[in-house]
Amino acid sequence: MYGFEALTFNINDGYLEAIVRGYRSGLLTAADYNNLCQCETLDDIKMHLTATEYGPYLQNEPSPLHTTTIVEKCTLKLVEEYKHMMCQATEPLSKFLEYITYGHMIDNVVLIVTGTLHERDVHELLEKCHPLGMFDSIASLAVAQNMRELYRLVLVDTPLAPYFSECITSEDLDDMNIEIMRNTLYKAYLEDFYKFCEKLGGATAEIMRDLLAFEADRRAVNITINSIGTELTRDDRKKLYSNFGLLYPYGHEELAVCEDIDQVRGAMEKYPPYQSIFAKLSYGESQMLDKAFYEEEVKRLCLAFEQQFHYGVFFAYMRLREQEIRNLMWISECVAQNQKTRVHDSVVFIF
Amino acid sequence: MTGSSSWSQALVQISPYTFAAIGIAISIGVSVLGAAWGIYITGSSLIGAAIKAPRITSKNLISVIFCEAVAIYGVIVAIILQTKLESVPSSLIYAPESLRAGYAIFASGIIVGFANLVCGICVGVIGSSCALSDAQNSSLFVKILVIEIFGSALGLFGVIVGIIMSSQASWPAKAA
Repeated sequence: MYGFEALTFNINDGYLEAIVRGYRSGLLTAADYNNLCQCETLDDIKMHLTATEYGPYLQNEPSPLHTTTIVEKCTLKLVEEYKHMMCQATEPLSKFLEYITYGHMIDNVVLIVTGTLHERDVHELLEKCHPLGMFDSIASLAVAQNMRELYRLVLVDTPLAPYFSECITSEDLDDMNIEIMRNTLYKAYLEDFYKFCEKLGGATAEIMRDLLAFEADRRAVNITINSIGTELTRDDRKKLYSNFGLLYPYGHEELAVCEDIDQVRGAMEKYPPYQSIFAKLSYGESQMLDKAFYEEEVKRLCLAFEQQFHYGVFFAYMRLREQEIRNLMWISECVAQNQKTRVHDSVVFIF
Repeated sequence: MTGSSSWSQALVQISPYTFAAIGIAISIGVSVLGAAWGIYITGSSLIGAAIKAPRITSKNLISVIFCEAVAIYGVIVAIILQTKLESVPSSLIYAPESLRAGYAIFASGIIVGFANLVCGICVGVIGSSCALSDAQNSSLFVKILVIEIFGSALGLFGVIVGIIMSSQASWPAKAA
């Protein structure tokens, strides 16, 4: 019952909530990011990171470091924390934690199928997959020629199976179809996650509703902007938007007919939360849009920690970690390529 | 007793000893329920938070002690109440004085039991938040402790009223 979660939440999930809040206190702060941004080489970055929570993961790396190694070790830390929480969790928290990884599974599937299309080696692709989205039969994705085979051979045994009903066609896979498949799968996943949270009810439903609605709206805007100028028809574009969120349904109708970024801006300015995002960009510019969306997302994720006794903290923590890994990757790349002036273009401070 | 059979007659035909005994049972049983509820709410958060911040364990045991105090109130009142149970000769069991004494002990038990139940839950929830905030920022502990002290006063209110209520539970003197 909403309002009385405090009475029974701690029976099953109190320990894990306290653990995830402990993990959150280990996220890098603005002071850490300032230190990292002033590093000259990757070894300096390694030294600074060894003083933070990432210490045990990075200190044994041999000296010519690559940015991919840093990102890989940081992701390894996230995966270990996730597995620690997962093995202690009971239903329905374990189901909730699984839902968080389905997005990565979809990305991995698309990565392997695209890579196979471009004739890359399967093992090379498997190493690039995100560890949170691995499942057993993932290597056999390389064999499929079209979506129906993809589904029948591999995906029917995975948790992604119910998301495929809308996008099974017998067409051969090519770049355009794969992107449409990715977005259709993601749409089905977000709607399924949304329904699951609504079923959980209480504070979890309220907080996750807000976070997932923002995610759905952000994806709608990105799909619109990325499909301007491509062959994607308006109806196809509209089919990729999720059935919930602040923009549903009227915002989607406006976004479906947009032909350039200023029209997108005009459509979004009717919604106060997104108007403030678009106000940060000057006319005609879209590079900073990603960063503006990330900043807004981080703000909302931090707010999820203000309330106790709900599952939103787990989702928020995973997302904040991913943002931190993105920040570290950007900083490492800037330092490695000697472009330190551009460091602050894309780093989003969390605290 | 006469042969009429309305519900009001049903109540006064239950022995006052029944009411008194149930009151004593509720006083201790429900108080311990409240204390246990509060302790597990606080304890699970405290254990998880202490992994990252081990310094909080000894200070935050105060929350657990406040919850435990609630159970002790229940025990004390139950012991006091059971000393109030006296035997009366069978002709006087349903006399108004006896009924009054039985109801007074019953009411006292309910007061103490339910006041301690909500007090235990209240202190437990606050203790859980206290542990989690102390792990992040140690200056918050004393401030949240003040809230817990106010919460634990609720149990005391129940005990005071319960004892006053039971002190005037006097069974009729033996018939001359």
